[in-house]
Amino acid sequence: MAFKNYILVCGGTACDSGRGVELTEALRREIEAAGIAEDIQIVRTGCLGFCEKGPIVKVLPEGTFYVSVKPEDAQEIVKEHLVKGRVVDRLLYNHKQGKSLVGVEGIDFYQKQFRIVLRNCGVIDPTKIEDYIARDGYKALEKVLFEMKPDQVIDEVLRSGLRGRGGAGFPTGKKWQFAAAQPAGQKYMVCNADEGDPGAYMDRSTLEGDPHSILEAMTIAGYSIGASKGFIYIRAEYPLAIKRLETAIAASHEYGLLGENILGSGFSFDIELRFGAGAFVCGEETALLASIEGERGMPRPRPPFPAVKGLWGRPTVINNVETLANIPVIILKGADWFNKIGTEDSKGTKVFALTGKVKNTGLIEVPMGTTLREIIFDIGGGIKDDRKFKAAQSGGPSGGMIPPQYLDVPIDYGALAKIGSIMGSGGLIVMDETDCIPDIAKFYLDFTVDESCGKCAPCRIGGRKLLNYLGRICEGRGTLEDIENMRKISDAMCRASLCGLGQTASNPVRSSLTYFMDEYLEHINEGKCRAGKCKKLIRYKIDPEKCKGCTLCARNCPVNAISGSVKQPHVIDQSKCIKCGACFDKCKFNAISRG
Amino acid sequence: MSGNKEEKLTPELEAFIGEWKSKPGNLIMVLHRVQQTYGYIPREIVFKVSEMLNVPLAKIYGVVTFYNFFKLKKAGRYNIQVCMGTACYLRGGEDIIKELEKILGCGVNCTTEDGLFSIEAVRCLGCCGLAPVMVVSGEVHGKVVASKLPEIIEKYRKLA
Repeated sequence: MAFKNYILVCGGTACDSGRGVELTEALRREIEAAGIAEDIQIVRTGCLGFCEKGPIVKVLPEGTFYVSVKPEDAQEIVKEHLVKGRVVDRLLYNHKQGKSLVGVEGIDFYQKQFRIVLRNCGVIDPTKIEDYIARDGYKALEKVLFEMKPDQVIDEVLRSGLRGRGGAGFPTGKKWQFAAAQPAGQKYMVCNADEGDPGAYMDRSTLEGDPHSILEAMTIAGYSIGASKGFIYIRAEYPLAIKRLETAIAASHEYGLLGENILGSGFSFDIELRFGAGAFVCGEETALLASIEGERGMPRPRPPFPAVKGLWGRPTVINNVETLANIPVIILKGADWFNKIGTEDSKGTKVFALTGKVKNTGLIEVPMGTTLREIIFDIGGGIKDDRKFKAAQSGGPSGGMIPPQYLDVPIDYGALAKIGSIMGSGGLIVMDETDCIPDIAKFYLDFTVDESCGKCAPCRIGGRKLLNYLGRICEGRGTLEDIENMRKISDAMCRASLCGLGQTASNPVRSSLTYFMDEYLEHINEGKCRAGKCKKLIRYKIDPEKCKGCTLCARNCPVNAISGSVKQPHVIDQSKCIKCGACFDKCKFNAISRG
Repeated sequence: MSGNKEEKLTPELEAFIGEWKSKPGNLIMVLHRVQQTYGYIPREIVFKVSEMLNVPLAKIYGVVTFYNFFKLKKAGRYNIQVCMGTACYLRGGEDIIKELEKILGCGVNCTTEDGLFSIEAVRCLGCCGLAPVMVVSGEVHGKVVASKLPEIIEKYRKLA
């Protein structure tokens, strides 16, 4: 039966934690109370992307887009909107600015986005296979099984120009071709869902919002390379994604879309889950395979590549979640449709987790070749609190910092490599003038040193040395020689490390030394941190002109470093000051400066 | 692996190990189930796992210590995971940890004396839109402000 209205409630992790579950229950109660339960269908969807304004509720068919909805708002939505047909103005986007927008059409966040990977996220109920099928789900699999030979499928993927979205950007079709060319026998298809890059959650949202697209793509890949078994290697830290995948796998079995003799085609394929256990290095192919085998996740030298010798020594293809999500669309719409999107070098779209100091954080998908400026300022709405943009980091700890002069470079694999960063998995972190570049570099190195498996010396020792130098610089004890040494070590790590982790670990250092040398020099030569982040370099001072002598700072100083009498300007004793910033935060007259 | 009470192998866990015994690459999946059952990896259970899967103890220890997810010590009744992913770091994740340490009087990876709370710094939890984020026993708290922490802690203390 058809419903009069559909209410889509975002069920992504971010919205859920904003009392999304409670909200859904409240809506259900109100709908029952209003006696309209038969006309209204509530759907808990995957991530709608606009996490900054969650929880999000969308009412269909008109597409009314409510933001920051609380359980207390449920009654008004039901009584006003659903019963009387009057839109609840105060819950619309931009209501406070007096420019309420009813649908997503006018919302800047959704302009310039183009959804292939996230086509079903926020549209379907991810726990229902029927919803996926209604949106052309498993049609690509049917086409592949009954109308195409394996080499035709591989050819289609090759011609689409799809490149791996997990980091290095290797052509997906080529990978499949290598594995397919291996002699017949046991082969494996593995999905890398071990999204360990801090500041990235594209794969999590895809798995939570559209799990069947991954199962379908893996089955298609299995058919193409001659594999009968697939594994999804997923982070144990993503319990919701795991649950959704388990539900999806069970439903696919029931529908005959997974298991023995799929759709009566004679092709059999099954998928099992394997849990990661919090090791960043397991994003590296050979380390990931070691982990599935139940070992410590340490990489091994390549070649032999996994396509030749992978899981338990058998030919194995490993594709990342986002890469796979593209596959069903490429099969249905054709390589020639897909390869017209994007740039010469990189086809299709890219999903980014836009986070950090940007107004609209969230999950976005844009065609390759979109500029950083469009992403940060048009979609992201600019920098939070209208501060100045300093840098953006793509590719997480393996990427580089991109300075303002490259805001207009169209982003694709080649362009990012040219300016010293990488595409990576899609974390895009925006930094403003209050972020200290050497401090951020130190943060990333701290991460990679912690996550280095320790197998090869360049990564194990080089990373530690870099971290030590950065630590000294941030404490004002650095020297110019340190910079030189950091350059040399970075270079060595890049060339001599065994796997991608070590080879790229120095990227934050290399890129920041190239574009933000002045900040390093300030730390070393002047003992100054312009962002005020490096505690050891901060000095708090009271401006006697502005100080009213209210004594608030002196009363809040934990070490009694501030002296002065009532209604007289106060003074900070620098030898006692522990730089906690309590006085700076408390002063009501902006009389205390930090620098 | 000490300081905890002796744990007993549950029948469910025993059945799970039996089911996975013949599958290649079972060790990590079994360890996940162990941790799910007890909240950490107890020493005496590892002895049993070693025996049942016929895997040397040294290898199990090697795997357990390689992965951040596996814990050898029991966490507090309410385990507080503070995200230290990049987005959370930029938006003040470190201040959250410092404030928690001050309120609870125990450091990262430690449990309070009454066994109620433990603090853990974790890598990205994947809700960067809500930075800074912390998770208290599975419940996500987004856009956390240091000044609100006493209130949040008190809420759990009352639940206990």
